[in-house]
Amino acid sequence: METYADLIECEDVLLFANAAITSTGQREFHSTAGDQRLSLDFLHRYIQGNYPDLYAATLALDINDHNAALIIANLLSGAEGDGGLIARRLDRMSPPRVYRLFQRLRGAGVNNRRTRALIRDWLAGRPDLAFDAVKYRTQLKSAVRHAHLRLPGELGDFLFAPFSRARYDTPLLEAWRRAHYDKSALYELPYTVAEGFAARHGISRAVFLERIAPQLTRLERLRLAESAQAGGLDTEADLAAMPLVRLASYVLSLRADVRTRRRAELVGALRAAAARAAGARAGTWGSVAAVLDDSFSSFGSPVKRRRPLAVALACHFLLEALAGDYRGRWLSLRTDPLQARPSGPTPLGQRVIDALEHRPGLLVIVSDGWDNAPPGLAGEVLRVWRRKLDLAGEVGIVHVNPVYDAGQFDVRRLSPMVPTVGIRDAEDLPALVELARFAEGRAGLGDLRAYLEDRAAAR
Amino acid sequence: MIDLTGLDTRPAQTWGALRLVPLVRREPIEDLRLHAKVYGDEASMVYLPDKTVYTAYVPHAFVASWSDDGTPAAAYGTQLGRPLEHMCIRTRRRMARRVDKGRLRFLPLHLAVEGFLALHFGGPVVAWEEWSRQALAHGLSSRAEDAYIGAEVSGLEDALKVFEIYPGQCGLLLYAGDALASAFVVPHPEDYRALHPTLVRDMYGELIYDYALFYPVRDFPAVIDESVVSSLGDLRAEAVRAERDWAGFHDSVMAADLLRAPAQVEEVYRLGRFTLSRFLPAFERKSENHIGETITDVDGRLAYLKTFRLSEAQVRRGHLLSTLAGHDWSLPAAAATLRISAAALGLRLERAGFGHLLRQDVLDGYRKALSERSRRTRRGGAPSPPA
Repeated sequence: METYADLIECEDVLLFANAAITSTGQREFHSTAGDQRLSLDFLHRYIQGNYPDLYAATLALDINDHNAALIIANLLSGAEGDGGLIARRLDRMSPPRVYRLFQRLRGAGVNNRRTRALIRDWLAGRPDLAFDAVKYRTQLKSAVRHAHLRLPGELGDFLFAPFSRARYDTPLLEAWRRAHYDKSALYELPYTVAEGFAARHGISRAVFLERIAPQLTRLERLRLAESAQAGGLDTEADLAAMPLVRLASYVLSLRADVRTRRRAELVGALRAAAARAAGARAGTWGSVAAVLDDSFSSFGSPVKRRRPLAVALACHFLLEALAGDYRGRWLSLRTDPLQARPSGPTPLGQRVIDALEHRPGLLVIVSDGWDNAPPGLAGEVLRVWRRKLDLAGEVGIVHVNPVYDAGQFDVRRLSPMVPTVGIRDAEDLPALVELARFAEGRAGLGDLRAYLEDRAAAR
Repeated sequence: MIDLTGLDTRPAQTWGALRLVPLVRREPIEDLRLHAKVYGDEASMVYLPDKTVYTAYVPHAFVASWSDDGTPAAAYGTQLGRPLEHMCIRTRRRMARRVDKGRLRFLPLHLAVEGFLALHFGGPVVAWEEWSRQALAHGLSSRAEDAYIGAEVSGLEDALKVFEIYPGQCGLLLYAGDALASAFVVPHPEDYRALHPTLVRDMYGELIYDYALFYPVRDFPAVIDESVVSSLGDLRAEAVRAERDWAGFHDSVMAADLLRAPAQVEEVYRLGRFTLSRFLPAFERKSENHIGETITDVDGRLAYLKTFRLSEAQVRRGHLLSTLAGHDWSLPAAAATLRISAAALGLRLERAGFGHLLRQDVLDGYRKALSERSRRTRRGGAPSPPA
């Protein structure tokens, strides 16, 4: 039997999950970075203080790396937390972020046995520590110092007394040593390190980019694709291999005429990425309608450029892949998703009515929740629809929101009748539609705990 | 009367204490365009091959250029084509600053407001004996009114930044604490897009500055009566009605005082099919008073509108001046209309900041007369208390 306290707990955890999925402590369209941090910090303290076990368990959800790092830092400075879960989460984080977390722990003076063991184990699990020593030199040094480790072989010397050896046996370390005076050696180094040496040797950008090309990582290829192309170079970025939202961001960063010119390639890549994200679920969702927000506020902020719009674009292609019969509607009435750009007001209410016209099996609304033309109409439309036109709830409605609202400690809701969940990556959409069951109150705290435990065990 | 025909009111967006109501034009005006650019010597009229004239005009907020003889001059308010009426200005640091040789930059609207008062109240027309030599010789000119620049109005900058501009939007009504602060209409959506950020550099009255510090205004959320909805078509009709209701409410209630504002309209200049006029309010106390300027075409369609809401103190001063002007600057006649004595009117003028217009001896006489009367009326004829 559900008690009132259970309901509150369930709501609190979902509130926190929404925040931890969407907020990165960066500036958003409607709030500053300071607001975001303050608000997020409060939530972390509140959840950790009241539900310490659930706080640790949220690591199993698809929360973003910023919040995962915050949770891990908080867990390590306290006593609770499952070491295994933390280690598994660290493995999914990008290395620079993990190193930044270690530095944060060092700065905060967190140096208990668990912390040192965690750093030791994580470093032991790195595939090539010599590569880390070159690419993340300062951070690795700091982590090694903090955890009181003794690195094997040459690595210790490389980090702490790099010129004490006349030569290194590891090729990468040797390349680093030679790159100080030998121009050709720097092309064996990772791109970010080589860039510094290139500047030091005065190598021209075009020559450098051409010769460093084989060393580029997947993301560096994508990032440099445009500027390299201007210089007549192809970085051979494999668009279809990119995660869906990142690819959508890339497409939105291109000028309108470039998007038109490369239409076939871009749409192909988006479809391929969406099909990969959909996996076995492709085509199984029946009839789906989507209302996608491309109003001016979907621009996000200068630090999260067009992020909400990119999420909407990614959801468009993912839903297309998941659904048997799909209809996407953009707020601006544009019909070509490839030409999406953030502009104009947010007439969500009208578009929701349009989308409900054909009675889809599922309606997904992707919006930051600021409904302003006229304000509150979307909420009213959803309320009247549920109360009068669809009493049985045949049409499932989910609102996914990519933006954390610092003032409300949650993502903004459209209506209490419709579950709202935070979204970060379009790939999480299927899981989020599941999570929405809890938000709607159809499933209770017992289920939520079981779900969290399931997820924690699965990883 | 200001006529907003052709401009549709769209739902407002709120931020803090500010409410921004967009106005959308179905057909933009193509042959009159606005620029935020400062013009030098280049001509701003172009004869197009199809024998129509393309006119660019420079609104007061952005103009400053040298007059023919090379002395710095600023236009009185908005003008079409070349600045015809202008006043010579000394480049005072307070409102105008020389940026470059031949160009001036100054606080938008600032000169316009000063110009307005000087233009409409040139000073005494009959040399009644009460007025000082200075008042007779120079009128009211170079009077200053205080105003706040938009950047000082709390939250305005953020409000303009998060405001979502409508496609086809040509205007904006700005409310602070639901008091109409300013109306701004331009001919073409592209002009609007370019000039939208300049609203933060406009001037706003003291009232607006105060109201912006108040508690946040609330949205008027749409409400749908579910009892009349039985199909999706009904729901759509209700949604449309909600939008229409808001527009109706806004135009008939919130903006009503603006639309019936002008008491005196002065045609300033005519160019092609456009007419530039300025308007002054009735200076009714304790009600909304807007000064501003409009450009209308031959059909009376509004192409350009910019208003400034006067603060209470400014309304009081305007009220005094318009009463005086209405009686040819005769103090006794004006005092009779206001149902006070000439002496009381004289002191009221002084309190309103017009003391320098009256001869010192006359003013002293008034002061003496009034203090004697108050001594006489003191109960029991007691002597006045020590100062």
